[in-house]
Amino acid sequence: MSELTPAQRVAVARHPQRPNVTNYIEALFTDFFEQHGDRLSGEDGAVLGGIALYHGRPVTVIGTRKGRTVEENLRCNFGMPSPAGYRKALRLMKQAEKFRRPVITFIDTSGAYPGLEAEAQGQGEAIARNLYEMSSLTVPVVAVITGEGNSGGALALGVANRVLMLENAVYAILSPEGFASILWKDAQRHEEACGIMKLTAPDLLRLGVIDSVIPEPEGGAHVAPRAAMGAVDRAVRRHLAELLRENGTALAEGRYQKFRRMGAGIQKEDP
Amino acid sequence: MNGVFARRRSRLLAMKALRDHYASGEKTFTCPCCGGDSERKQVAEELYVCPKCGYHLPLGAYYRLSTILDPGSFRELNGRISAADPLGFPGYREKLDAAQRKTGLAEAVVTAAGAIDGQKCVVGVMDGRFLMGSMSAAVGEKITLAIECAAKNKLPLILFSASGGARMQEGICSLMQMAKTSAALSRLSKRGQPFISVLTDPTTGGVTASFASLGDIILAEPGARIGFAGPRVIQQTIGETLPEGFQRAEYQDEHGFVDAVVPRERLRETLSRLLRLHGKGERL
Repeated sequence: MSELTPAQRVAVARHPQRPNVTNYIEALFTDFFEQHGDRLSGEDGAVLGGIALYHGRPVTVIGTRKGRTVEENLRCNFGMPSPAGYRKALRLMKQAEKFRRPVITFIDTSGAYPGLEAEAQGQGEAIARNLYEMSSLTVPVVAVITGEGNSGGALALGVANRVLMLENAVYAILSPEGFASILWKDAQRHEEACGIMKLTAPDLLRLGVIDSVIPEPEGGAHVAPRAAMGAVDRAVRRHLAELLRENGTALAEGRYQKFRRMGAGIQKEDP
Repeated sequence: MNGVFARRRSRLLAMKALRDHYASGEKTFTCPCCGGDSERKQVAEELYVCPKCGYHLPLGAYYRLSTILDPGSFRELNGRISAADPLGFPGYREKLDAAQRKTGLAEAVVTAAGAIDGQKCVVGVMDGRFLMGSMSAAVGEKITLAIECAAKNKLPLILFSASGGARMQEGICSLMQMAKTSAALSRLSKRGQPFISVLTDPTTGGVTASFASLGDIILAEPGARIGFAGPRVIQQTIGETLPEGFQRAEYQDEHGFVDAVVPRERLRETLSRLLRLHGKGERL
């Protein structure tokens, strides 16, 4: 398999024909029942969630939704969730815990929506609350980063027992354009940013941020979506089966310890 | 014997706090907010709040601690933890060295055990002068250790935020600190210990989207910018100018995201009262 550069992987991760959460739900699940609303302020189309059967077992499935057409994208705000989206996701996760259903999340977002309304409704608080609550859920949580996973907007669905990532997906503190713009005041230097951000799946596996890389067909998941989604299915099924052998306390403890260890980059010597 | 050490600690904090003061020597002080001139001595007496316009100037971490804690109660926690360079980021080491030299801090947060009016607590203070108070893995670790210290010793926790958000040079390692600190707070909460979050100017990005927004009680200093996305990004996204006072402490109060906006002169007594209200109280 040919090695793509980080910047090429970003392009593949954003490919408009790349399988999205709707495709994954159709291919991997049956009896999907979509749930709307956060019961507080509204319904956010950027987050898709509901109950479904996964290989015959009830699960809660949640993902950030990118559209294919302009109309679709307007409905789901180009996959950039608002606080209502994160709060809906949290509502569904707490419900999953109540009914002892595992949670599977699909992450593909350029980030949380940076808008006036989103700020007024507490974007920061909504993301923080998800991190806080997800860390102690007593059911298995498997997260799959399928495309772009940018910023706290991605992490808010990513505090999982297992974090899986497609070979050409990217996961980062923010988009390479935003990174270059903040650091060098020049968004044009995004390719250079890609090179140093360590945002590819193999890099993140080495850093211990993710648990497994799911291989993609030559050229990317959009070239052979069926094969790509089949590989995701096998990986999710294997990890979920392992997690289902643990009790609720062990699942919460394991997830806590996994994120507690996220500390690469600390030195304790005298400065 | 204890008194000797307490006096020594008190002097140590006072000396470290002195370093945080705004360049002394000159007699007048020009407010960066309103441009008005005031007497330096008066500005210092008012805890670096501009006497003309009420602007709350950013404070150094040690100075802030000296205004909050009982003299002699300060014991720094994990003062030796500092940032490494997890991504091998070009120029980062030099930036860290420069920030350490400039501020005398090891990292962008100082954590300590101390007491307010005799009530023991764990306090963390972020310092915006150190790479804009950005959250490195070391900052996340120090905050997490402070949370764990509060949980282990059954003490209340107070965190002062002042941060531009994530530390870009640590990329994904910085992002993961959001999950780490939030998870640790969830454990503290289950232990029944209170967490008071104090938002100071500015509290933005990944700090807003993690521990800063998770206080049982959330206080904010007047005028502090508090938000997730930066105003420039929002303006570019929506293509219109932002309303007056957007993302300020008072705006967040109106929108239900802080319990109270507290002027600096009343912060210590407010924290003291809140600790008392979370104590055992007296037998009825």
